[in-house]
Amino acid sequence: MTAAARTLPPRGVQALAPQRRRGTTPADLALLLVGACFLLPLLWLVLGSLDPQAGHETRVPHQPGLENFAAVLTPELLLRPLWNSVVLSAGTGAVTLVAAVLAAYPLSRYRSRFDTPFLYAVLFGTCLPITAIMVPVYGLFVQLELLDSMPATIFFMATTTLPMAIWMTRNFMDGVPVSLEEAAWVDGASRMAALRTIVLPLMRQGLGVVFIFVFIQAWGNFFVPFVLLLSEARQPAAVSIYSFFGQHGAVAYGQLAAFSILYSLPVLALYIIVARWSGSSFALSGAVRG
Amino acid sequence: MLLSHRARQLVRYLPVLPAVLLLLVFLAGPVLWAFQASLTNAGLTGRSARNPEWVGLENYQRLLTDPVFPLSLGLTVLFVGGSAVLGQNLLGLAIAVLMRRARPAVASLVGTAVVAAWVLPEIVAAFAAYAYFSKDGTLNQLLGALGFGRPEWLYAFPMVAVMLANVWRGTAFSMLVYKAALNDVPTEVTEAAQMDGARGWQRLLFITLPMIRGSIATNLMLITLQTLAVFTLVWVMTAGGPANASTTLPILAYQEAFKFGDIGYGTAVASVLILIGAAFGVVYIRLLKEPRA
Repeated sequence: MTAAARTLPPRGVQALAPQRRRGTTPADLALLLVGACFLLPLLWLVLGSLDPQAGHETRVPHQPGLENFAAVLTPELLLRPLWNSVVLSAGTGAVTLVAAVLAAYPLSRYRSRFDTPFLYAVLFGTCLPITAIMVPVYGLFVQLELLDSMPATIFFMATTTLPMAIWMTRNFMDGVPVSLEEAAWVDGASRMAALRTIVLPLMRQGLGVVFIFVFIQAWGNFFVPFVLLLSEARQPAAVSIYSFFGQHGAVAYGQLAAFSILYSLPVLALYIIVARWSGSSFALSGAVRG
Repeated sequence: MLLSHRARQLVRYLPVLPAVLLLLVFLAGPVLWAFQASLTNAGLTGRSARNPEWVGLENYQRLLTDPVFPLSLGLTVLFVGGSAVLGQNLLGLAIAVLMRRARPAVASLVGTAVVAAWVLPEIVAAFAAYAYFSKDGTLNQLLGALGFGRPEWLYAFPMVAVMLANVWRGTAFSMLVYKAALNDVPTEVTEAAQMDGARGWQRLLFITLPMIRGSIATNLMLITLQTLAVFTLVWVMTAGGPANASTTLPILAYQEAFKFGDIGYGTAVASVLILIGAAFGVVYIRLLKEPRA
């Protein structure tokens, strides 16, 4: 998916209008059918990971065991790629957050002719299909000799998530009253000091949401590191799982499933944290608010 | 401290600079580079990689004569129209509407199942979809058990497979947008219609949908842009095959540039895709600017 709009969901519970609390059976059945269809493709992943003789088909393992997990839990196969994913995603999150906070502050606190065009230009940036940009980015990286460089890849990935992050951060910052900062200015604090000591602590949960949001996107990104990082030692899990599949996939479906599950668990956990933190107030922040 | 008003304003906006620099270097730069490179014969390796020559509009002329390009454009329209505008959009709306009528426990359970496919890393979702549609996969097991045939989805009907996979992967987004939008519809309005004797589907069609039309437009724009850029799902499931039968534009651009080593032609395809995205982006921003009626 593009950086554009994998926005955070609202919490589900308030969705129910009070007068409909009891629910109707036909709606339940229809929904359960839809839900089953959505779970079916994931069933193979779970059953296959526990089945040492797994193939394409979904079946209950004859002799379920954790052999697949043991087989992929080696430094080269899983741990190094996962570490690379951590570095890549955390680096992207940090760069994005710093740039987004700095950009959001003047946009949130001052009014000028510059604000609206800038924000719409940023929003336009979220619309560009990132996969289309990858061929030119590869060409650019070749000319600047940045191919296979972890920092350059981090800066590029940070840029692709930056537009959305600026919108979200500005919305959170708008929620912090200016009066609190004014008191600090009276005491002689500079604008940047007030931002650091007053505004940021007050919006730390929002900052956490932005960071995790960027982290999840970077963690799941396959195409960007696939094109920009060439050496095996630097590739994140998304790319190494793909090469693993190409080399051993035909024989080791169980291991592929086990690898997939271990690689997916961190983002599922982070997603649950964000979903609990974020109330409906910011549900679909930024661009999605039509 | 005697800065002019203008200078003071510039200093105030100084913190925007890092973000602007990043966006210029890594986003605007590649886009401009793409338009420039698409006018050359730049290659992946060899002489044309070091010293690309200016070829003018040759790559674009080739687009018009290459039989694969119109096919790819058509497949992209089919992919976006079928799996996003129709599939994700309508299914997401249906789930959101049903959730308001179902028991809360069922609604949250099914909501989790739908979101799960969306939160997974795209490569994992792609592998799961690949296994699901493969010859001995879950889908054929089900069809076989029900007494139907077991077609080779990924070879016989590659577009059907990748479109269904994209509906599975992306519907959560539309569902969440519509869930939030339906929440904002005041209950008095639908209740009044109920008093006047409007049936459930009439209330939906004539009252609720017109009231959330802003969200519908926004959602359509965003899922169109997302689906336009889908690469990994198609790449893992079919790699554009068999014989280009599922080569959408992102796959075509990638193949021309990296498999056939023709960066110039690959960026010409990418430029077309960027222009399509930009056109949708302009429409989207106009929609947002409009005061909501």
